[in-house]
Amino acid sequence: MTPTLDITLAGIQMKNPVMVASGTFGYGPEYADLVDLNQLGAIVVKGISLEPWGGNKTPRMVEVSGGLINAIGLQNPGVAGFIGKYMPFLRKHDLAVIVNIWGKTLEEYAEVAAQFDGVEGVHALEINISCPNVKAGGSSFGTTLESTAKVVAAVRAKTKLPIIPKLAPNVSDIGAFAKVCEDNGADALSLINSFPAMAIDIETRRPILANISGGLSGPAIHPIAVKLVYEAAKAVKIPLIALGGITSAKDAIEFMIAGASAVAVGTANFTEPLTALHVIDGLRDYLVRNNMSRVQELVRSIRI
Amino acid sequence: MMRIENGTVVGHDAMGPDYRVLTLKLPDVAPLAKPGQFIHLRLAQLHDAVLRRPFSIYRVDGNHLSILYKTVGRGTASMQTLRLNDTASVVGPLGNGFPLDLADSLTPVLVAGGYGVAPLYFLARKMTRRGILFIGGAKAADILLADEFRALDWEVQVATDDGSLGVKGLVTVALDAWLAASAPHTQPEFFACGPNGMLKAVGDRAIGGNQKAWLSLDRHMGCGVGACLACVQKVRLSGQETLARVCKDGPIFEARDVIWEN
Repeated sequence: MTPTLDITLAGIQMKNPVMVASGTFGYGPEYADLVDLNQLGAIVVKGISLEPWGGNKTPRMVEVSGGLINAIGLQNPGVAGFIGKYMPFLRKHDLAVIVNIWGKTLEEYAEVAAQFDGVEGVHALEINISCPNVKAGGSSFGTTLESTAKVVAAVRAKTKLPIIPKLAPNVSDIGAFAKVCEDNGADALSLINSFPAMAIDIETRRPILANISGGLSGPAIHPIAVKLVYEAAKAVKIPLIALGGITSAKDAIEFMIAGASAVAVGTANFTEPLTALHVIDGLRDYLVRNNMSRVQELVRSIRI
Repeated sequence: MMRIENGTVVGHDAMGPDYRVLTLKLPDVAPLAKPGQFIHLRLAQLHDAVLRRPFSIYRVDGNHLSILYKTVGRGTASMQTLRLNDTASVVGPLGNGFPLDLADSLTPVLVAGGYGVAPLYFLARKMTRRGILFIGGAKAADILLADEFRALDWEVQVATDDGSLGVKGLVTVALDAWLAASAPHTQPEFFACGPNGMLKAVGDRAIGGNQKAWLSLDRHMGCGVGACLACVQKVRLSGQETLARVCKDGPIFEARDVIWEN
């Protein structure tokens, strides 16, 4: 018997639990020649802010051992630009559309959320809480419990869509951050975002990225992400979407056993654009091999 | 339209002491390729690298597609170990390519820096008329494909930094002399691939002469398909400053559209 892969996560129906991660798959059309979007559970589009945003100077990306460091700087066409240019394309496809949103202030987060509420074809909002809070000296919203709570509550107040805060990994107690999101109205959590990282050209002694530092993603962070997912799963009841260095079905299955209800493929889209499709196939094969009829049986199935 | 496919190595030969030509059988990708486009390559030998490597397309012969490369880093060093019948994953063809619809009154003037000549050779083979190639390099061994261009009945002028072949100096020395001599009776349209300084110099001459220059830009790329926004270039489109993706909106830009920084 063919196992069923379809899930309902925070009210979002998906034909399988495999998504593509924000910032690694553009807004949909970019990979459409290579990947049939209708095969994917969901796309999380690249982060959207209230107004168009130009991002950082180049170089914006550098390959390192086991991954890459990026400092794109959240370049995006803004809410209106995104809806006008990309939503007609996305609406023609059969997959969940999750819009990643960000802001420089609490008010901006709230306003972006308000503008997406009721937009046809948008199934949920993922909140990037790893942005600098301009009014608080530039420290990241996602690194204190208080500002994390405020961002989640501000977005919650403005939308009826499911909201999915995307947690920063560089915190001392991931469970506490997961809990504060749950307590403030989050419907699910994405974890984790890229790790703060840096690379230096030893000949010039200059940072390789124009932004000096960036976020590390790729296989190097996968085992760290598994631990964070495992910890977060113990702290909350809401479903988790796990991402961090998935290159194969094995990596995805590991996340689900640790506690994730769904997974997102990120950096591996650059390496091998068909990775998400391979993960779906491999997940199905694993369920067959282990006599599981539903993919949900895997979730939180870790044996300690 | 781009495709992804595993290519089989059908040729891998040295071109002088420092360069190699890799030819892959790519029945899906090769027939779609246009001059100025590139492919994104992934090697099994480099399985731990998370980014593919971009290469300009040097020639297409039926289902066979060739790239011309120099060993400059980890990726190209492991490429050297590819043998006949090995396979490599290819995404392509990528990017916009050079315009091929040149008005009858214009003479194609190609300007190459080193192995930047590769996509220009593909262009010359696809053009219905002859023109002139200016090629510059550090030394004689860096001047590639001059005989192949002559075999296509193109005029070739060479410049080397050390004077070991052609005129001594930058390629613009040869170009400027030719422009001064031929200006009254020729209307050039430029096509260039090479270092930024050379591209800007060619672009400045085109703008000064009220001609067009199609420049092939090279930037560190991530995805190669326009998704990651790593390889952006500041450009001016319809009077508006904006960021173009070199991999998707380029790599070919008209000189007037490029805003050079630094």
